[in-house]
Amino acid sequence: MGLTLAEKILSENLSREVHAGDFAVFNVNLCLLQDGTGPLAVRQFKKLGFEKVFDPKSVVLFLDHAAPSPKAELSNDHMLLREFARETGSVLSDVGDGICHQVMSQYYTSPGDILIGADSHTVTGGALAAFATGMGSTDVAVGMGLGKTWLKVPVTVRVQATGDMPLGVYSKDMILHIIGTLGADGATYKALEFGGDTIEKMSMPSRLVLANMAVEAGAKVGLIASDSTTQKYLEKYGRAAKYREIKPDADAAYESVFEIDSKTLVPLVACPHTVDNVKPASELKGTKVHQVFIGSCTNGRLEDLALAASMLRDKTRHGDTRLIIVPASRRVYMEAIEAGYIKTLLEAGALIQAPGCASCCGVHAGILGDGEVCLATTNRNFLARMGNPKSFVYLSSVATAAASAVTGEITDPREVL
Amino acid sequence: MRGKVWKFGDNISTDLIAAGRFYHLRSNMPELAKHCLEDADPNFAPNAKPGDFVVGGRNFGLGSSREHAPITIKMVGAGAVLAQSFARIFYRNAVNVGLPVIECDTTQFDAGDQLDIDLAGGVIKDVTKGITVTFHPMEDAMRRILDDGGLVEHIKKHGDFAIS
Ligand code: SF4
Repeated sequence: MGLTLAEKILSENLSREVHAGDFAVFNVNLCLLQDGTGPLAVRQFKKLGFEKVFDPKSVVLFLDHAAPSPKAELSNDHMLLREFARETGSVLSDVGDGICHQVMSQYYTSPGDILIGADSHTVTGGALAAFATGMGSTDVAVGMGLGKTWLKVPVTVRVQATGDMPLGVYSKDMILHIIGTLGADGATYKALEFGGDTIEKMSMPSRLVLANMAVEAGAKVGLIASDSTTQKYLEKYGRAAKYREIKPDADAAYESVFEIDSKTLVPLVACPHTVDNVKPASELKGTKVHQVFIGSCTNGRLEDLALAASMLRDKTRHGDTRLIIVPASRRVYMEAIEAGYIKTLLEAGALIQAPGCASCCGVHAGILGDGEVCLATTNRNFLARMGNPKSFVYLSSVATAAASAVTGEITDPREVL
Repeated sequence: MRGKVWKFGDNISTDLIAAGRFYHLRSNMPELAKHCLEDADPNFAPNAKPGDFVVGGRNFGLGSSREHAPITIKMVGAGAVLAQSFARIFYRNAVNVGLPVIECDTTQFDAGDQLDIDLAGGVIKDVTKGITVTFHPMEDAMRRILDDGGLVEHIKKHGDFAIS
């Protein structure tokens, strides 16, 4: 029997074959911390008696969740992380540089890497054929000190998507379809491996959306084989030498195969308060939206801002609907300015915020009022997620969000495309 | 272990356990612990007694990787978390901070029931109802970490992972 992509990467790391169900200790290539989980990781690191990180250029600290800081306590946490970076020589990605997962995929994550991050959406790196997985602060603290972590090799659910997606349908709709079908715990402890000709034709930004949300079905990793698209993406960021082809064996042993006929997909929306509560956008017509948020590590890339700009050109947001747009990284922001997208979005009534997590996690920058509804391109709509337990968060693609910002209610983007 | 049941539903997310609006308290754990599970049951944190049990349904602890979720549950005094199933990162974090997690059929337990739990033997007695529920002990690798009192103690003791 051949190996799945997860088994391939993990076996290469150990230089011996491992299979689903095996436990082993692996060498870690990259560690990620952010400003919410980082301070605890630093404290645990010190409690463990470590003084040095295993490889300073492979440990990246991000100030992104509260960026810029809205409170003194958070500013103090930022100071602690800056100090730790200075002490250990670790890489610091400071306020304004962008969201951890976006910056990692631009400059750090490479095919074949094992990346452990103290953030659940670390899975985003799976789009680059890296075994990228989320853990808690203590696991990452140990990883930073020893350069090692333990893992159980996961069984794999192969997502096989074939055919072209219709106009108005995006990878966000595909992943919402998968989560809606599998359920929020449908892939717990498992790997999701995305493949088929729909994925092969997909851009890297769109692939990153799939990997990013694998965790919303409970998955440990969301993996995509590396190919010429991966190679071009790495080249764009000056990392051509990091390219390696890694793909699953043709006779890999999958736990199950989830087939998608991509041409039958429609624009979808995840309704409050779970990501698997998925309905077609067309069925939610009439749902008033007080705030539209386009951004996050799911959908805040250049491709997303380009789509939003093309849909909002010569239009204005609905008078009762705030439109908050946040580029996922400094690089994305600069490219969006150069391409004229930011001007178009501002003219449409958008409010642009500094690169970072912004409204996504309810810390600052767009907290909802009681009873208010937000349509967001983010990945989570749990009760209290965006800062107010009395508000309601719906999740959609950028196209659905942009269309809804104009009409003031949830709108199927195919009505306006 | 003996204590009282605090009952919660399915899909108790880390946003319910340690909410984003208290993000600024993450370096002040005693304060953060006062808000543990506040949006799911505001009575839990102020009233739970040491040794009580947090009992959930399916997919307990889904969402973010914040280890503050199991830490604050432990700080409130819970002796263990019981659920039909757990989200992966929460489960691993709970073990790492030395909070026992038990995957079992929780449907028969109600709020206020007294439970008697034999962790090593895999047996839960609901003293109030007079029923017994069994569960599979956790995987060896994690069991070793939990037995050492969590990951920090495990690594300090062995100098490395000693999971097999
Ligand atoms: S954008 Fe949202 S989901 Fe992504 S890392 Fe930031 S808070 Fe987490």
